[in-house]
Amino acid sequence: MYGYRGTVLRINLSTGDIKKEALDKELAKQYLGGRGLAEKMFANEVDHKIEPFDVDNKLFIAAGPLSGVQTVPTGGRYMVITKSPLTGTIASSNSGGRWGAELKFAGYDMVIIEGKSEKPVYISIVDEEVTIKDAAHLWGKMTSETTEMLLKENNEKAKVLNIGPGGEKLSRIAAVMNDLDRAAGRSGVGAVMGSKNLKAIVVKGSSKPEVADKDKLKEVVKRVNEKIRENGVTGQGLPTYGTAVLVNIINENGVFPANNFQQSTFAQAEEISGETLADKYLVKRVGCYGCPIACGRHCKVDDIESGGPEYETVWGFGADCGVSDLAAVIKANYWCNEVGLDTISASATIAAAMELYQRGLIKDDELDGLSLEFGNAEAVIEWTKRMGLREGLGDKMAEGSYRLGEMYGAPEYSMSVKKQELPAYDPRAIQGQGLAYATSNRGGCHVRAYLISPEILALPEKLDRFEANGKPEWVKIFQDLTAAIDSTGMCLFTSFAMNADDYADIINAVTGDDYDAASLLATGDRIWNMEKLFNIDSGLGKADDTLPKRLLEEGIVDGPSKGSMSQLDEMLPKYYDVRGWDAEGVPTEAKLAELGIK
Amino acid sequence: MRKMTIKVRLFATLRTDRGKEVMVDGPEAMTCRHIINTLEIPEEEVAILLINGRDGQLDTPLSPEDIVSIFPPVGGG
Ligand code: SF4
Repeated sequence: MYGYRGTVLRINLSTGDIKKEALDKELAKQYLGGRGLAEKMFANEVDHKIEPFDVDNKLFIAAGPLSGVQTVPTGGRYMVITKSPLTGTIASSNSGGRWGAELKFAGYDMVIIEGKSEKPVYISIVDEEVTIKDAAHLWGKMTSETTEMLLKENNEKAKVLNIGPGGEKLSRIAAVMNDLDRAAGRSGVGAVMGSKNLKAIVVKGSSKPEVADKDKLKEVVKRVNEKIRENGVTGQGLPTYGTAVLVNIINENGVFPANNFQQSTFAQAEEISGETLADKYLVKRVGCYGCPIACGRHCKVDDIESGGPEYETVWGFGADCGVSDLAAVIKANYWCNEVGLDTISASATIAAAMELYQRGLIKDDELDGLSLEFGNAEAVIEWTKRMGLREGLGDKMAEGSYRLGEMYGAPEYSMSVKKQELPAYDPRAIQGQGLAYATSNRGGCHVRAYLISPEILALPEKLDRFEANGKPEWVKIFQDLTAAIDSTGMCLFTSFAMNADDYADIINAVTGDDYDAASLLATGDRIWNMEKLFNIDSGLGKADDTLPKRLLEEGIVDGPSKGSMSQLDEMLPKYYDVRGWDAEGVPTEAKLAELGIK
Repeated sequence: MRKMTIKVRLFATLRTDRGKEVMVDGPEAMTCRHIINTLEIPEEEVAILLINGRDGQLDTPLSPEDIVSIFPPVGGG
């Protein structure tokens, strides 16, 4: 088998059984790998209505056919698939770093975790040799210390994926962390890992995936690397400033939410911008496995040196909490990674708590002396820790902003879709992004379809961001292409420079398959519909394809986008139609037959 | 000929040797093209051009109160 390793590792933590199964290549033809294939396998074998913390929920950790394939740019990614304790949808969280590639070197495309261990354990994978080991000494430890201990105990060259106290304590916004500071952050996948008493997976491999046509691959990689180098974003913008370069541009457009989306510009944006980060705190640039772009940052403040912060994180702990102290943002990001929470959901939950406090719903006597006022820099650091450790009010906050709001009778102050916190773009003046938020199969998210690219960054072409017309079609194409890219093992950021034909050419050279742009997009469409069917079975419906009340009913109050309102009502029926779904957003028989979904 | 001055904000790599914010003098109803020529910014370096936070064109005539923001190719997510 080319690209793929052909083996799935299935580990049952209740019984201790470890099995190696052959990868279903026929299913891989339909769903590619990574996100698509692992989700389809998950949907085939897990009850769609299962409670996320039920012992029979499973965790699929999957690389793609291009992960770990030498010379493929950005082929270091993997996906964590489970039923989300945050959203109740199918979850698939993507992460970079090196772990995904190492899993392939060990000879596996995917690890399936079933059951629940009685005591804390970790899994060690060294090529053929797979062992379940005691993790009593690691339980309760922060993610970096856990990683260091495991490297020492096992092999300094191994790669470590783990959870922090957040995941152990079943925070619904807990991340799976790997390689110290990369995160499969979203949808609470770390809590499902914690519910199984699984602290970490250490992997070390010593063989490489085979390539079907080496000459062809050489030629295609040369071509796409040139594109990546020459593209202004992947060749210059991301390498120089990282993702945080977006702070100023999003703010200048008046769609940079501040104070829990009460405003849409932040007067101190410059102080937390990518430019300021580069000037004051940047230590070095870092890249994931095989990445020519290297958008990752390493920053230093006082005695803390750590990976990040990314744009979304700077926005979350910064503007969304009214904080203009970039040093505090870097520290909050560090602690968020240490306790193992998703930086978007954690920061947005603090912002929601701040608004609940502003409105008198959370009272001073619940704060143990730690302020929840917007703009308090110390608060974002300390509340992040307390949330991860479930201390004081942090215990309620660990449930995420929606459930926190519900506890105070005011879930409308949660800026979330399907209970997952929204990222850093006000959708009321970026209509396509608003539709993408509302229809995302994993709840509030920007990377299921990054319409910011055409609507703000003019890539691949400039669309009028205030216009609703034509956006349903754009959203569908972005969702389908993203689903396909996520299933290859490559990084979504390559799509600033690469088109569908480029991805098809790389897949074909590596696996020997015969994709073209159309069949790749059809694969993405199939994945999207399969996810949607899972969610419908789980009990989600049209009413969940929506935006928070404030963003639906109120216009933007400040800045250059002032007055702009969401046009979701107009776009949603058209979107369902473009997708081949009925008026309730259910895929029609004809659509499923067209895609060959069984 | 009447003159006017426009406030221009620059970002990312465009700040090198130019600064964050510059005032550009020019004739009445000057355009963004005049501004980038004055600041010696090659046209292909202008990925996003905003006039008062809205998409602008290089040849749109400007009014004295306008604020122009210019970005080189940037992205993220
Ligand atoms: S572009 Fe950034 S996130 Fe993507 S693989 Fe490269 S370093 Fe990792």
